[in-house]
Amino acid sequence: MKLTREPIDYTALTESVRSPAAGAVVLFLGTVREMTNGRRTLALDYEGYAEMAEAKLAQLEQEARERWPVVNVAIVHRLGHLELGDISVAVAVSCPHRRDAFEAGQYLIDRLKVLVPIWKKENWDDGTTEWVHPGIEENATNLPPFQGPETPVSR
Amino acid sequence: MKVQVKLFARARDIAGADLVELELPEAASVADLRTALAEEYPAMAPIAERLLVAIGTDYATEEQVLAPHAEIACFPPVSGG
Repeated sequence: MKLTREPIDYTALTESVRSPAAGAVVLFLGTVREMTNGRRTLALDYEGYAEMAEAKLAQLEQEARERWPVVNVAIVHRLGHLELGDISVAVAVSCPHRRDAFEAGQYLIDRLKVLVPIWKKENWDDGTTEWVHPGIEENATNLPPFQGPETPVSR
Repeated sequence: MKVQVKLFARARDIAGADLVELELPEAASVADLRTALAEEYPAMAPIAERLLVAIGTDYATEEQVLAPHAEIACFPPVSGG
């Protein structure tokens, strides 16, 4: 459970959760995607509140262990400037059986995204930047609300 | 009482500082902190209701009372992953 400013060695991370007690290992990688709602990303900048983020990652491990027979779990989140395709987060979890491993892995990444104090800033290809804060409207450009194709055009 | 508040991401950009000091009444709550931030930094007002507040390494409730030397942090919704 840690934050890093270096590229994530997901092979080593995966190896670290393997065990003869576990018949299933699931690895999730979050990677920097180019297109979001038709806009092109050039890069992402990640920032975190380190002390709290590490405490919350430890809490996530505890929560997963209360729900599934987790043998080992390891999570690394990267901070700093990431280019397209770079790995921003890796979640590795091992359980005796695959169903539990898949469920625990999904739970961990879903919870991480709402609980752990880390933020990403979009660097769009039009030169603007924008913090991603779910539920808060974007600040870089105030696009008009999306009008569905069924919405009649007023004249 | 004076409290120090760590700010992150867009909240920090709006304030122009990653640590700000606010004057609050004794036994002020998290809700009072929200109000004070919006008054001190009017550009923060539109997002003030959505800011998350942490005391130590845990999220705080609206009613929670702030101690003068509490480790307080304030930031918009998270977007890791």
